[in-house]
Amino acid sequence: MKRVYVNEDWCLACHLCEYYCAAANSGAENMIKAFANGNKPIPRIKVEEGSGINFAVQCRHCETPLCVKSCITGALSQKDGVISCDESRCVGCYTCVLACPYGCIVTSENSKVIQKCDLCMKNNNGEPACVKGCPNKAIVLEER
Amino acid sequence: MALNYFQPLFDVIRDKDRCIKCQACARQCANEVHRYDGDLDMMISDSQQCVDCQRCVCICPTGALKIVDNPNKFRNNSNWSQQIMTEVYKQAETGGVLLSAMGNPKEYPVYWDKILLNASQVTNPPIDPLREPMETKVFLGKKPKNVSFNEDGSVKTETTPTLELSTPIMFSAMSYGSISRNAHESLARAATELGIFYNTGEGGLHKDFYQYGSNTIVQVASGRFGVFKDYLETGAAIEIKMGQGAKPGIGGHLPGAKILEDVSRTRMIPMGTDAISPAPHHDIYSIEDLRQLVLSLKEATEYKKPVIVKIAAVHNVAAIASGIARSGADIIAIDGYRGGTGAAPTRIRDNVGIPIELALASVDQRLRDEGIRNEVSVVVAGSIRSSSDVVKAIALGADACYIGTAALLALGCHLCRSCQTGKCNWGIATQRPDLVKRLNPNIGYQRLVNLVHAWDHEIKEMMGGMGINSVEALRGNRLMLRGIGLNEKELEILGIQHAGQ
Repeated sequence: MKRVYVNEDWCLACHLCEYYCAAANSGAENMIKAFANGNKPIPRIKVEEGSGINFAVQCRHCETPLCVKSCITGALSQKDGVISCDESRCVGCYTCVLACPYGCIVTSENSKVIQKCDLCMKNNNGEPACVKGCPNKAIVLEER
Repeated sequence: MALNYFQPLFDVIRDKDRCIKCQACARQCANEVHRYDGDLDMMISDSQQCVDCQRCVCICPTGALKIVDNPNKFRNNSNWSQQIMTEVYKQAETGGVLLSAMGNPKEYPVYWDKILLNASQVTNPPIDPLREPMETKVFLGKKPKNVSFNEDGSVKTETTPTLELSTPIMFSAMSYGSISRNAHESLARAATELGIFYNTGEGGLHKDFYQYGSNTIVQVASGRFGVFKDYLETGAAIEIKMGQGAKPGIGGHLPGAKILEDVSRTRMIPMGTDAISPAPHHDIYSIEDLRQLVLSLKEATEYKKPVIVKIAAVHNVAAIASGIARSGADIIAIDGYRGGTGAAPTRIRDNVGIPIELALASVDQRLRDEGIRNEVSVVVAGSIRSSSDVVKAIALGADACYIGTAALLALGCHLCRSCQTGKCNWGIATQRPDLVKRLNPNIGYQRLVNLVHAWDHEIKEMMGGMGINSVEALRGNRLMLRGIGLNEKELEILGIQHAGQ
């Protein structure tokens, strides 16, 4: 299965992936609208930086996902390797937030349900916005 | 300073309706123009620091930024321009020599733009390069005057080593130190994939790049940095640099701040010391001395590699080239006054040397008149901007062209001409690790390959239009050229007729 990988050699910590991610998942038509009127949609990818090494982290889509295992309502599920959340079933208990070893599950800005990377399956026809927007090809979608 | 004589050259214009305060501009500007003010919740810019490298404009995800010329002007004066006045202020403040980078930007004539190419009509058919074979392969080096054969048909004439290029384009000398490791890697990998050559400049060759040796020209310059046995043996050819188009008559100076561990090891000098290349080679004061170095380098590499001698285009370039052709060198590289540099004194860069078009025409003519044109190949450099410049150069008599600035543009350079500051936002002319990584060689080498492929296609199209199917048949074919808006003397030097003749 193709996953998103980050090469820290080329990550510039420009944080643009966070903005492309947030805009793509906001449902807005474009980036300007997504952030208009002081809106700050929360990205599902996060750049970790320090000591000259930077890299972006988002859901690893683990083969044996602890988040899915910990979900008390069955909102999180794994299909064809992609872990996604059925927001209508999420009750906002945040057990998955605690369980994820990578810190890749985030809360949502205006409701209690969680949100996480689904490889842009729902919005960009499977071409992740972070990969598309990375100016230095540090983030790639590939089979390894 | 309480009283500021300098006006910012540029104005940073931010469209507040488009800006989403993502701060990508602030994170990407090594000159610290942009910053986010948390109290005001807005982005603020300091135009004074801006060098117009366009990095922020390119990275901004909403197209909110524009860099424009600062409309504030000193009182109009055709003699004392704002630039000249600013330079006087700068020198009055610092007491130093003015430094600049990249090529001469002044409004001197560009002869390439005053030369037009021919095309076939009716009496001689043009050739379609997509349907018929078209040869852009060239060989650089000595060519025998005649060829003789043994009785069994094998070639009897002794030949000397040559360089085989898939297309008549090479990447100019740019040292590791003046440009980054990633820029070097991009050039090396692109040259290897394209079947052409790149040039180490005088900074030596990093151990990691020895694998690209068969597509590398190693340079020996007046500072002799990084020159040793393995270096000479690794390259496909050796270039002796006598001069550089951007700064004829002076040496080089790589500041100690850029001599970090890797550069220091590659150049074989202590870390943090300034790398100063003398103006002359201290062992070369005549053509005979040059011959000694040419032959020493050939002896050291067992006569297996061609030797290039690179000079800047200066007033008596034809006579100098004639001497070089007799020195035993296989290739002469001539660098015109618009050639780029990582740093040069502004006055030298803008006022010394001559246009490459005129230098090339006079060198080719002189070598032909003296019957020694076959003794050397002629490579020209110094602002070859497009494939049509390459075609015109070949028709004027060049064997191949070096491209430096065009190659850097392919890597992202926007010609802000601030290389000497070492804060290149595009990761090219810098050694700062956080900036160097901005140039991903996996992207860079592909862009270089694309550029040269594109030019190769265009060269074939133009040659085909003229009814010519090989670079060999175009070389020195000045009948294919016509001047436009040139005077008698210029036409005479270029050896071409005026349009309409």
